[in-house]
Amino acid sequence: MNLLFEKSVPGRACTLLPDCDVPNAALPEQFARQQPLHLPELSETDISRHYTELSKRVHGVNDGFYPLGSCTMKYNPALNEEIAALPGFTGIHPLQPEYTAQGCMEVLAEAERILCAVTGMEAMTFQPAAGAHGEFTGLLLIKAYHRSRGDLQRTKILVPDSAHGTNPASATMTGFEVVNVPSSPDGCVDLDALRKAAGPDTAGLMLTNPNTLGLFDKNILEITRIVHEAGGLNYYDGANLNAVMGVARPGDMGFDVVHLNLHKTFSTPHGGGGPGSGAVGVKDLLVPFLPNRHVVEKDGHYTFEDAEQTIGSVKAFYGNFLVVVRALCYMKMLGGDGMRDAAQTAVLNANYLKKLLEPHCDAATPGLCMHEFVLTMEHLKKETGVSAMDVAKSMLDYGMHPPTMYFPLIVPEALMFEPTETESKETLDWAAQTIAEILERAHTDPESLHASPTRTPIRRPDEVRAARTPKLRYSFDA
Amino acid sequence: MKIPNELLYTRSHEWIQKLDETSARVGVTDYAQNQLGDLVFVNLPEVGDPVTPGESFADVESVKAVSDLYSPVGGTVSAINEELLDAPQRINEAPYDAWFIEVGEITEYGDLMDAAAYEAFCAEEEAKH
Repeated sequence: MNLLFEKSVPGRACTLLPDCDVPNAALPEQFARQQPLHLPELSETDISRHYTELSKRVHGVNDGFYPLGSCTMKYNPALNEEIAALPGFTGIHPLQPEYTAQGCMEVLAEAERILCAVTGMEAMTFQPAAGAHGEFTGLLLIKAYHRSRGDLQRTKILVPDSAHGTNPASATMTGFEVVNVPSSPDGCVDLDALRKAAGPDTAGLMLTNPNTLGLFDKNILEITRIVHEAGGLNYYDGANLNAVMGVARPGDMGFDVVHLNLHKTFSTPHGGGGPGSGAVGVKDLLVPFLPNRHVVEKDGHYTFEDAEQTIGSVKAFYGNFLVVVRALCYMKMLGGDGMRDAAQTAVLNANYLKKLLEPHCDAATPGLCMHEFVLTMEHLKKETGVSAMDVAKSMLDYGMHPPTMYFPLIVPEALMFEPTETESKETLDWAAQTIAEILERAHTDPESLHASPTRTPIRRPDEVRAARTPKLRYSFDA
Repeated sequence: MKIPNELLYTRSHEWIQKLDETSARVGVTDYAQNQLGDLVFVNLPEVGDPVTPGESFADVESVKAVSDLYSPVGGTVSAINEELLDAPQRINEAPYDAWFIEVGEITEYGDLMDAAAYEAFCAEEEAKH
C-alpha cells in the first residue's frame, strides 16, 4: 500500500478547514519557515480512501476477539466518546480562568473521588500520560518522601521477576538501583528472598497484584509488611486492576502509591499509541509531594493547588483530560456494583477460557486464575516444532487477535490470554474451539502453521530485520 | 548443540576462553543464543570498565526480550568486540567466535564448569521444563 506522500500529486488540494475568523497575525521573521512545508497534496477522496484502506488492515476490539494478555482490551462504550466530544470539554483552554472551567475541574475532582474509593488512596494526580509515566511519577514521590526525611541511603527498588518490564525501567529512570526478587515455584513472591533483599537501603517495592501469571499473591499482606518494616514504601502497579476493581483495594493490601491505567481498566481507547492516562493515587504520607495543579474544592468551588513539597510537573497542565472524561463516564455508567460485576466477570471469563483450553495444552500454573492466564507451548514446540509464535500467527487467520507472546519471561514459549469481561460465552466457546483446532493441526500439519497467517492483508513481517534496520521516517529522496 | 572442550562455562550460559594467566575472552553459549532467539541489539561495556563475577556486564536484545549477561570473572574490560554492535546476528551464527569482551587484570573467577559439566547442566535445565 502506498503512503500519502507517494499518492501526492502537485497542485491537488481540498478544503477541510473553515475560513479563519480572526485576523491573521504575522510571525516574527526569525521564526518563519524559509521553505514551504513538504506536505502531501491530495483530494478529500484520496485521503478518505487512504484511511479507510488503512482501517481494513488492522484488527481492533471492534473487529473481533482481542485477548492480548496484560493489555485489558475491553470494549470501549460509545457513550464515552459522545460525552468526551461535548463542546464544553473540547472547547476549553488550559490557561482560561478557573471560574470559567468549573465543570471540567469537577470532572477531575469527581474522578479522583471515585478512583480513590476504588483503590483505597487519599488523593490522585491525573498528570501522567500513561502507565509507565505513572510508575515514574510514583517513584519520584517515593524518592521525595525519603529525601524529605533525610533518609538518603534508600537507593534500591525491589522488583519481583514476574513484574512488568516497565517496572525496572522506571526505577532505573528515577535513579534507583533495581534488585530482582525471584518467584517461588507457585508463581508468587519468594518471601525468604524478599526478607533477604529488604533492608535499610530499600526505597520501595514495585508489585503487580494479581501478577503477570494471573495469580493473586496470597501473601500480599506479609509482603507489604516486610517492606514497611524495612522502612520502604509499597508501589502498586495497577496494570491488572481489572481483576480486583470494586472487590479488593490496593490501599487495604498495604500499598502506599498506585498507578492506574485509565485507558485499560476504565475503558478508554488504547493500543494505538494513546493518548492514555496513568493516574497516580497516594496515601496521606505522599500527598505533600503530589505533582502540580491538583484540583481541590474550596468554599464551594474548585481551584488548582500546588502541594507544599511538590515534585513539580510531570506533564503540561492537567494530563490527558479527555481520557479522564471517558473514564468518569464509564464509572458513572457502571456504578460501584457494576464495577465489581465487571471485575468478577473478567475473572470468570478468564477461568472459563482456561478450562476450555487446558485439555489441549499446558497451563503455566494449575488451578484458578484471576483475569488472565498463561499457557506454555514448550511441549508442543518440542514435539512438533510449532512455536508459540506460530500458534499466535495462526490465530490471525481466524479473525482473532493473538494473545501476548513470550511474556512473562519466566514462562518458556508463553501465550498470555486476557479475554476481559466484555466478551460473550459464544465468543469464548468459538475462540477455544478455534485454538483447539490450531493445536490439533500442529500435530497433523505443522508446516501450515509455520506458513501462517495466509488470509491476512500482511503475512508474516520480518521482525528481526525490522528491529535490526528500522525505517523510521519517509525519505523524500529515495 | 555445540559445547567446545577448550572453554569453561557459567550457570548463566556464558563461555570463557583463557588467553593467558590474567586475561580471557567472554561470550554466550550456543544453548543461550538458541534460547534467546534472533538477536537484534547488543549493549557492551566500555574498555576500562570493571567487571565482577556474577554481575551484569552487557545486555542483548532479541525480538522476545532484553537479557543481561553476567561476568564469569572479576577484572577490567580490556577490549570489546565492536563488530557485534552492527551485526548482532553473528552471535546467532557463530556464538563461540562472536566474543563480547576481553577481560584483563583478572583478580578472581566465579563458579565455572568444564564442557562435560556444562553439558550435564544444560541437560538438567532442559529436563526441568
